[in-house]
Amino acid sequence: MTAPASPTKVRGETILAVDELVKHFPITRGVLFKRQIGAVRAVDGVSFELRRGETLGVVGESGCGKSTLARLLMRLETPTAGRATLEGRDLFRASGGELRRLRRNMQMVMQDPYTSLNPRMTVGDIVGEPFAIHPDAAPKGSRRQRVRELLDVVGLNPEHVNRYPHQFSGGQRQRIGIARALALRPEIIVCDEPVSALDVSIQAQVINLLEQLQDEFGLSYVFIAHDLSVVRHICDRVAVMYLGRIVEIGTEEQIYQRATHPYTQALLSAVPVPDPEARDRRTVIRLTGDVPSPADPPSGCRFRTRCWKAEEVCAVQDPQTVPRAADPHPSACHFAEVRTDV
Amino acid sequence: MPTPASPTPPGGHLLEVRDLHVEFRTREGVARVINGVTYHLDRGETLAVLGESGSGKSVTAQAIMGILDTPPAYVRGGQIRYRGRDLLTRSEEERRQVRGTEIAMIFQDALSALNPVFPVGWQIGESLRQRAGMSRADARRRTVELMDLVRIPAAAKRLGDHPHQFSGGMRQRVMIAMALALDPKVLIADEPTTALDVTVQAQIMDLLADLRRDLGMALVLITHDLGVVAGVADRIAVMYAGRIVEHADVHALYRAPAHPYTKGLLESIPRLDRRGGALSTIRGLPPNLMDIPAGCPFHPRCPYARQVCLDEVPHDLVLAGGRTSACHFAQEVHDDRAG
Repeated sequence: MTAPASPTKVRGETILAVDELVKHFPITRGVLFKRQIGAVRAVDGVSFELRRGETLGVVGESGCGKSTLARLLMRLETPTAGRATLEGRDLFRASGGELRRLRRNMQMVMQDPYTSLNPRMTVGDIVGEPFAIHPDAAPKGSRRQRVRELLDVVGLNPEHVNRYPHQFSGGQRQRIGIARALALRPEIIVCDEPVSALDVSIQAQVINLLEQLQDEFGLSYVFIAHDLSVVRHICDRVAVMYLGRIVEIGTEEQIYQRATHPYTQALLSAVPVPDPEARDRRTVIRLTGDVPSPADPPSGCRFRTRCWKAEEVCAVQDPQTVPRAADPHPSACHFAEVRTDV
Repeated sequence: MPTPASPTPPGGHLLEVRDLHVEFRTREGVARVINGVTYHLDRGETLAVLGESGSGKSVTAQAIMGILDTPPAYVRGGQIRYRGRDLLTRSEEERRQVRGTEIAMIFQDALSALNPVFPVGWQIGESLRQRAGMSRADARRRTVELMDLVRIPAAAKRLGDHPHQFSGGMRQRVMIAMALALDPKVLIADEPTTALDVTVQAQIMDLLADLRRDLGMALVLITHDLGVVAGVADRIAVMYAGRIVEHADVHALYRAPAHPYTKGLLESIPRLDRRGGALSTIRGLPPNLMDIPAGCPFHPRCPYARQVCLDEVPHDLVLAGGRTSACHFAQEVHDDRAG
């Protein structure tokens, strides 16, 4: 296989730009005469850029909207508002042939390798199915060969092309999902919690595979995960989401060493570190309470109900995700500062 | 068989599992799920049982509680001694007396462990009414106390709420309150925070640590998360293919693992506190429990494996400090920490 990136494509240029993306799911009441009584603001104004060849991590707790974001990018959901451009072309206006071309360039790896593969299809059919939708991606006679190549690339035995998903372990199934995502030689792969269903000893194998494929094919990843340790390992830049918003975005180093948003700081401090000596050394920020409902987010700053820094201004004024005096990366906090007590 | 750390206190250990064997008889064949597990627990301590899926960590706990599904699960040998008496030889009625009042358990998935059609107050109070013989009014009063104890806000107002009205973290607190109702001496927590977000996970682990200290319970924490273990455990038992492959004081184990599996695990996890290059991996897959490799069950995946590992099942080797490792080359692995 040859890398899809042609010489004109510059590593580091913006390949995907997302601007003020919004997805509200309506809450309705009534059976015959449905009326909308509210909305779950799953994604509520998210903007970021993905650069060619990089891995952008999207982290946050359950309900923060990170999976809805992934589904929006794949056009599995229609956005309520906002724009996204893939290599300059509008992702949400495209239809017909143009949409197909765009989709070919952006593929997805799902979280659960047990339910995301059709149990009645052989591995060969699963990995080769994209060619049925995009016949020009591989001439008919060569498809079988391409599938075997793909299995080889992801570290599976090409001889197993006629086996069924249940004959594989969780880690191997995730490799099948990755092979399927690679089939059309996309430039972007959206990974939605790709390793969270796997055992620790298998996780590392899949993470290494994703990194190796990125180098080999010049892929860009949107890497959605809740495990901050995995994200630190694999990502170049990281966006932290809370209640449908990106509250902080920056390079791996900016987020993990110089986070300025209180939520990011609390999240990082709560991650257990596999080192018993660190037990007393680390100061853990204890957040109280639960994440508020995205159907009724707090006024002003959404994090203020759990924030120890909250003042009156936080209830009134919604902080924008912009560079702050504390550090030159965007952070959505009126009182952004780097934590010094760790 | 020697076990590390604490010397046997007068009167014996509080809870002791000795050479436990459990198999699952299925249509496809017999899966040997537990193959000689030995561990003990003393008053007030926290033992972490660490392992990946299929290692047998939960099945051991279910055997202790006497809640194995039979069939397909059968205890094939060994003892489970609580305060010196073997639970496995007792009648179901006698075991029922131990369950809840002496040893209680909380589960990973609080939503499916709770009954969706009854209010949580009723569920927490059930054992108080049925087992402690309390009146409904007394049970209600005690239930509110328990909910306060596990820090559920506005407990008295939430008695009548159903499980679906609680968040994941609050549901886990409800389950902890249920487990604590009869004041058990041992609490077994099976992956109590796996389904929770990190900030909530931290709250629940804090709560468990506080309760253990305040109520003087002993805690068995079953988990796959090396980070969680490092934060709370005194001792740690690492399981692989139904055996305990390493058993040590938590500090000693993280400083220098003495079993290649533990070593491989520690090296393969991405760390929040540092950013490295490619992760080292444990090659291959965990064994099929219907066909466990001869000799050391870890040998097909082990970088230290030699001929003896294919031929002989390794016994627990006792190393300095009383820690044990079921590896023919335990000392070599221990001394071989490459930074």
